[in-house]
This record gives sequence, C-alpha cells and structure tokens, in this order.
Amino acid sequence: MIEGGLTSYSRALNLALAEEMEADPTVHVFGEDVAEGGAFGTTRGLVDRFGKDRVRNTPISESTIVGLATGAAITGLRPVVEVMFIDFLTLAMDALVNHAAKLRFMSGGQLRVPLVLRTQNGAIGGAGAQHSQSLEAWTAHVPGLKVVTPATPRDARGLMRASIRDADPVVFIEHKGSYGLKEQLHPDDGLVAIGEATIRRHGSDLTIVCYGGAVTVAGLVASDLAERGIDAEVVDLRTLVPLDISTVLESVRKTGRVVVYHEAVLRAGFGAEIAARIQEEAFADLKLPVRRIGARAIPLPAAAHLESAIIPDRAGVLMTILTFLEAN
Amino acid sequence: MERERAMQLYYDMARIRAFERIVEELVVSGATRGLIHTSIGNEASAVAVCDVMEPSDYLLTGHRGHGHVLARGADPYEVMSEILGHQDGLCRGMGGSMHLVDMAHRTIGATGVVGGNLSMALGAAYSARQLGSDGVAVVFFGDGATSTGAFHEALNLAAVWHLPVLMVCENNTVAEFTSRHEHSVVDEIVRFAEPFAIPASRMVAVDAIAVREHAQEAIALVRHTPGPYLLELETRRLVGHYAGDPRRVGNVRAMADTWDPLLVTAERLKKEGWYTADELNSFVVEAEVEIRAAAAKAKAGKPASPHDIDALLSAT
Repeated sequence: MIEGGLTSYSRALNLALAEEMEADPTVHVFGEDVAEGGAFGTTRGLVDRFGKDRVRNTPISESTIVGLATGAAITGLRPVVEVMFIDFLTLAMDALVNHAAKLRFMSGGQLRVPLVLRTQNGAIGGAGAQHSQSLEAWTAHVPGLKVVTPATPRDARGLMRASIRDADPVVFIEHKGSYGLKEQLHPDDGLVAIGEATIRRHGSDLTIVCYGGAVTVAGLVASDLAERGIDAEVVDLRTLVPLDISTVLESVRKTGRVVVYHEAVLRAGFGAEIAARIQEEAFADLKLPVRRIGARAIPLPAAAHLESAIIPDRAGVLMTILTFLEAN
Repeated sequence: MERERAMQLYYDMARIRAFERIVEELVVSGATRGLIHTSIGNEASAVAVCDVMEPSDYLLTGHRGHGHVLARGADPYEVMSEILGHQDGLCRGMGGSMHLVDMAHRTIGATGVVGGNLSMALGAAYSARQLGSDGVAVVFFGDGATSTGAFHEALNLAAVWHLPVLMVCENNTVAEFTSRHEHSVVDEIVRFAEPFAIPASRMVAVDAIAVREHAQEAIALVRHTPGPYLLELETRRLVGHYAGDPRRVGNVRAMADTWDPLLVTAERLKKEGWYTADELNSFVVEAEVEIRAAAAKAKAGKPASPHDIDALLSAT
C-alpha cells in the first residue's frame, strides 16, 4: 500500500520488505538492530507487523549471521540479511563468497540459495575510512552472485522485491547518502527486473554511465554540462551483475563519447569492467577513449572537508569531464 | 541395542573403511586428483551419530566427510563418482570430495573451509523450526575448527536463539600436522560450551554401540529442549592428513587396538555374545565386495563434461 506523496528511499525499502513479507511467510529479516528499525530506519515497524520470529536482531557476528542466512536459504526460507556497512562485509566474505555464492554450483544444482544480502556503500562526510567505502567491485568479481545498486526510491522498492523473489543470492547495495532521497511512488509500480539499466536523462553528445550514489551527482553534472551546451545522456546501470551492456552500447553508439563514473576507488573499480566491455564491443563507434572517474586510491580521511580531495564531488566530476572533452 | 542394529552399525563402518581404502588407492595410483581426505579412524563417530538422526534432520560435514555422507545413506557409487569428477556424481562432478551434498538424505553440505559449516548448521536448525518441523541440524567438524571465530560465534548464537544443533567435534588432537597443544590452551573441547551454558560431553569414539547410546541422548536433548549440544568425540586419524599422504601422527599400528573403531567394536560385539569373529569377518568381506563393485562401476563412468557446466548454469 503506497501512501500519497513523496516516499523516501529508506521508506521505499521498508515498503518492499513489508510487501514481500506479507506475500511470502518464508521471507525473514536478520541483522544487527533490524528489529529496532535499523541504523537508517529501513526496517522500522516490521517486527510489530510480522513478529519477532521473522525480524531478528543478531549479535555482532557478521560471518555467522550471513552463514546462518545461507543455511536457512538452502532449507526453505528466503532470508534478507543485513550487513550494516559494506565495510563490515569483509567479516562475512567467507560465508558470502565461499559458501552462498558457490553452493548451487558445487552441489550440482541440488541447492539453491535465495538469499538477499542488504548492505550500504558510500561516504557522507566524516564517517572515516572504515565506514565510507564502496566495495561493490569485490562482490561483482565473484561468480554466483548478482549485484544490484538502486539509485532511486522507485528502483529500491522494485529491485528489492525482485531480489527477494530471485532464486539465487543477490547483494543489494544501498547508498548511505540516498536514504533521504524522495520520489513519487505509485501503487502500480511493479518489480524492477534485475539486469536492466535505465536512461535517467536522454542526450546526444556524451554518455555518462553510472550507478548507485553517483547517479544523483551525474544528474546534476548533466545539467551543469547542458548550461555549457553539452547534452549528456545519463545511463543508470541499476544492476552490476548481470550487466545490461546492450543499453550502455546503444548509448555509446549514439554519442561516441563515454565517461564511466562511480564513487568507488578508480583503481580496479567496476568502471574498469564497463570501460573494457565498451571498447571491446563498440570500438568502432568511439570518437574518444573511454574515460573513467572515481576516487583516488587513498583511505578516506575522517575530516569531512577533506572528502572531496579523495572522492570527486559535483564540481570535481564536471571539471574532469570538461577537461577530458576539451583535450580531445 | 538389538543384535541386528549392532550388526548394521558394524557393517556400515566396514563399508566406510572399504570405501576409504579404495579412495586412498585411487589417489596413490594417480587415478584421481584433487584435495581428498579420508576418514579412517572416524567410522564409529559417523555411523553412530547418523544412526540416531531422523529423516527430517539435516547433516553438514567438512573436508573429511565421506564417512558421514555414506553413513547418512548416500549411494557409494554416487559418492565415488563425485570424487572422480564423473557425471553420475552426487554433485554432477562439480563439488568433489570436500563438497558432498546429498539432498535426498538431507545432507546439505560439506565445506572445505574449516568452520564454514557451523553457521549454516545454525541456519538449517533455524529454518526447520520456523517451518514447523522438529528437525535438528547435525554438524561435524574437527578440533582444528575450535580455533576459528566461526566456532565461538556459532556457540553464542545457537545458545541465544536456542537453536537445535548437535555440534559434533571429532577431536583427533591434530589439525593437519600441528598437535592441539600448539594452538590451544584448552585440551578438552567441551570446556568451550561452559560460558554459553550449552550442554556438552566427551567420550572416546571407538565402540560404535557406546557412541550410539550416547549420541541418542544428546540428540534427544537437542530436539526437545530445543537447543544446542556440543558432543566431543575423541578419535585418532589412522592415516595421513590427505589421501596418499605418507606422514602419520603417532605409531598408528600400535594405536590400532585402542583406536581402530572396527577392531574395538568387533571386540564389543564378540563380548556381548552377538557375533563370532568369523561372522564379523564375513561382514567385512561382504562390505568390501559391495564397495568394490560400486567403485568399479564409478571408475567406468563418464567424466563430467563442459556441457554439464552449461546445463547446470542454465537451469532456472
């Protein structure tokens, strides 16, 4: 049930969880503080509606929490397990990578792991190096995992519902700075399919490929570019794995100029995968080399005012694009 | 303990022994590759614990799991085929020795990462109860696993959530080649249960009859409390760490009378007046014949192919 008016990203997730939990009694929610509403309010009210059996606080044991969710997923439940900060995913990597991602294959198909691992990425000023990372590239590198990065409330809701219904493990990466973003939702907004990118802004001069927290910034940069007579097309990937490369390539063929932009560290970031695929599959359509934009490979300083020295902000992204276009 | 059940336990141990001997042969002869660890010395633990499980219970094991998987009812032909990487393997040749899954018997996993199965056992126990069954999860692991964070996290969470998990530690006092006292100040693994008030006990696991009686009490407690139980079973690894490994820990020939479950259980069956030495020998021979036939059939089977990989991935 959607209320009228604007819905925030975190509320959209809350709605999606409630909708799926209502429809399917095997959907359970686990994580630290989830029954209290979670660090960002995403799970607020679920325990009152669905009970303590289905919305369970866990101790600070990321490895065991994700492992428990995996064990539950292979025996008939559909767990949605939260890892509060993607920085803490490091503690759960054995459970996620060596077990959840591989059980279907290693078992010769006897096991399926319908698990959703919810976590969040990104820097919002002052959280420091251990609470601000964007580690989606790690998860995208592991065979057996799907990785989604919704940027908007509608997509958060639609992709969460699709992820819960997926028979395989999905890493669902929210953005820390996005929880307050608002959008008008409609009751007949359906599922958003995993593996489908979308065009946020149509344009003909330049393609900006982005996802997650970078999408909002890319939108603002696109309007800055428009003021300078540059018509940018913004492609929001929405899903990293499986990658909707055909939507990207269609845009590349139209504009011939591409910037791949993410908040994560540039070096070995997921942008490198996108850039490689573009030049492999649409080289003849490129007027310029593919340009990537991302953070410098330095652990983030805690002082909020220093973040933009590491992670390009709107002005930084704009400058980089203008310099790139001028130089070419 | 009825005479017939005792015979079945003994026969099942003999099957496991025969199976593992053949696996060792196959590795040494180069007929198969991979990381393979046989469970010779652990047979009583495997058959006794599996014998007290219900069909609705879940089993998890680790890298030394052939015995557990067989004791739970897996077809030796399918287990051997899996170890050989053949199409008819339990996991279509995709999992191998360390990752045996046999869903038909609710053997939901083995892991090659020490400690990796503990949290999944908690999850299986959790879901059994949530879905209205009185099933429990039984998870086997070794003494080496008790140094992992996974072990301590699992004890804690199983206690806090009252999860019906029977945690069976096969303590052979050695983790690969390092003896226990080099990596823990705690000799008796049951001690780890104390801070969590988890019921626990330890025993030497060589007389399958005695182990079964004990395991039955433990699993009943798990099922009806419901809650976790830590069962420490002392065994000795009578072979190397991996199949074909020539190194031995201790003098295994001298140890056999005390630590070989087949010898010790045979003595028990004779002492009870249930079976003679000749009868017991005939069970061993029969087990060997059965297993050799299954192994020969497995050896002659088709290796898994790249097509099988694609077929697996495209199944929805």
